[in-house]
Amino acid sequence: MATLELRNVNKTYGTGLPDTLKDIQLAIKDGEFLILVGPSGCGKSTLMNCIAGLENITGGAILIDDQDVSGMSPKDRDIAMVFQSYALYPTMSVRENIEFGLKIRKMPQSAIDEEVARVAKLLQIEHLLNRKPGQLSGGQQQRVAMGRALARRPKIYLFDEPLSNLDAKLRVEMRTEMKLMHQRLKTTTVYVTHDQIEAMTLGDKVAVMKDGIIQQFGTPQQIYNDPANLFVASFIGSPPMNFIPVRISKQDGRLFALLDSGQARCELPLGAASEALDGREVILGVRPEQIALGSAEGNGLPAVRAEVQVLEPTGPDLLVFVTLNQTKVCCRLAPDVACNVGDSLNLQFDPARVLLFDASSGERLDLPAADAPAKDNVTRIKGR
Amino acid sequence: MTTNLDKPALSLGRIAIHAVLLLAVLLYLVPLVVMLLTSFKTPEDISTGNLLSWPELFTTIGWVKAWATVSGYFWNSILITVPAVLISTAIGALNGYVLSMWRFRGSQLFFGLLLFGCFLPFQTVLLPASFTLGKLGLASTTSGLVLVHVVYGLAFTTLFFRNYYVSIPEALVKAARLDGAGFFTIFRRIILPMSTPIIMVCLIWQFTQIWNDFLFGVVFSSGDSQPITVALNNLVNTSTGAKEYNVDMAAAMIAALPTLLVYVVAGKYFVRGLTAGAVKG
Repeated sequence: MATLELRNVNKTYGTGLPDTLKDIQLAIKDGEFLILVGPSGCGKSTLMNCIAGLENITGGAILIDDQDVSGMSPKDRDIAMVFQSYALYPTMSVRENIEFGLKIRKMPQSAIDEEVARVAKLLQIEHLLNRKPGQLSGGQQQRVAMGRALARRPKIYLFDEPLSNLDAKLRVEMRTEMKLMHQRLKTTTVYVTHDQIEAMTLGDKVAVMKDGIIQQFGTPQQIYNDPANLFVASFIGSPPMNFIPVRISKQDGRLFALLDSGQARCELPLGAASEALDGREVILGVRPEQIALGSAEGNGLPAVRAEVQVLEPTGPDLLVFVTLNQTKVCCRLAPDVACNVGDSLNLQFDPARVLLFDASSGERLDLPAADAPAKDNVTRIKGR
Repeated sequence: MTTNLDKPALSLGRIAIHAVLLLAVLLYLVPLVVMLLTSFKTPEDISTGNLLSWPELFTTIGWVKAWATVSGYFWNSILITVPAVLISTAIGALNGYVLSMWRFRGSQLFFGLLLFGCFLPFQTVLLPASFTLGKLGLASTTSGLVLVHVVYGLAFTTLFFRNYYVSIPEALVKAARLDGAGFFTIFRRIILPMSTPIIMVCLIWQFTQIWNDFLFGVVFSSGDSQPITVALNNLVNTSTGAKEYNVDMAAAMIAALPTLLVYVVAGKYFVRGLTAGAVKG
């Protein structure tokens, strides 16, 4: 068990070429589960290879237990890795696969036998020990690959998209199993995935990457509720967050965003006036589940009537698509909502939960507190 | 609804196909049959009978005499071929391993240049090779021939192994490195055990090439160090005395037998190994 820290890690494959990794900075505590997530080509697998020592970094430092391992070869870093393709040695039996690393490290045979037995029991692969990898199913190969990593009891476990070769049902099963395993063993783990559900469900910490840069590093909740920019907001969440272009206007010292469904308009209050935002075209980010069906009597929340264009009942939810400001907007409603295509629904927004992004840079814009008067008072008091 | 199973076993088309195939087989077999029949005939029988006639008297006199003449050269060939095949295959395997799994800056270019070796005609390397062998003091020795064959064969063996190894996922090497294995341990414990088909291809290819080589043999060896191909040529081309066709044929069969044997023993791996890389992808 160990801590892992990356300090300004840089990686480039040659001068003149764009950086593959740029100033990667993050740290996880002993026993934490770190997820590296991002679209393909974002550098997450490269970063993992750098942590493993399979590729050299061109700048910065990698620290395991506060010891700089940047210059060490993979075998001296005491790291185990599970590969997307499992990378089981095809000519060796399952037992030999698990033993290989232990034998190389000159562990006595009796200790090896003990360790193989422990791991096989843990992963329920005892009956497979004498088979060759080619005779195993995908899920069984996956278990063996994990067993090979577990047997060494390394400081850090690296998982490179370990579930992506499994079929959908098995993937969900193994996901839960991995979470259970981590809860029991409390191993420091780095896990690369492009699947945002795996990122949300498995991680203690998530680093969202794009173009070799960490876009945001935080807990899954922070990433989901408080995304740093448009990319993070769009990458995490399914169905994805709605991005509605809006113009901000100022009325009576408060800011409003104008929503127009074609048949009705609504002014969404955004908080206290801020000169910086007044009159700007920005992107309003709102998650599908944050749009609710407005009650007839109204509860004070701003609402807009919009025509239903597409209905997608997914089972647990009813996804309703409407158009606001000429943009398709997805609303996630309860499955028992009775409506048809062409109906008009009264959709209400919670101003406290919407996000604003800069239209050109995609950076998150700080909203003045939604509940403006109260906040104003507080600040004023503090000011005095 | 008719399926293949419903069809009669013998249709006219099928008979025609088999007839043509049979004819082709006979046509290909004729030279071999002539050689075998002639080798078991007496010289008188050969001069009186026709090529395809059955021997009046089966005799191994031709074989005995042929063996007595070429046996020394047969062993020369073995002494040249076996080390040359083994060394070139071993180095080729190591080359292929490096060029596919441990790429270095410029390794692709290196491999490209190495491939030129496959297209070099034997004749172009004769002079430089004899110069080098002379400098090394290996001229007209079997060791010199071994060296020439190893160097010339490296382009092919490297190509075979490299192309086979690129289809092996790199993750295997990464996993082994994380397990603590070094360069040679990975090669010996992980990569070589997976290489049986391509090793067979390499052995057969190299054995056939080197055993059947005539040009290098005739240029770089003399007298007692000559391989059997050169000895066979000398035997058949002697202008003194009566032509002993039975001895010629028997000697030719003796010269051809080892390659035949290799194909019979390892032939099934040959096709499997050649197609392995293509199918896996």
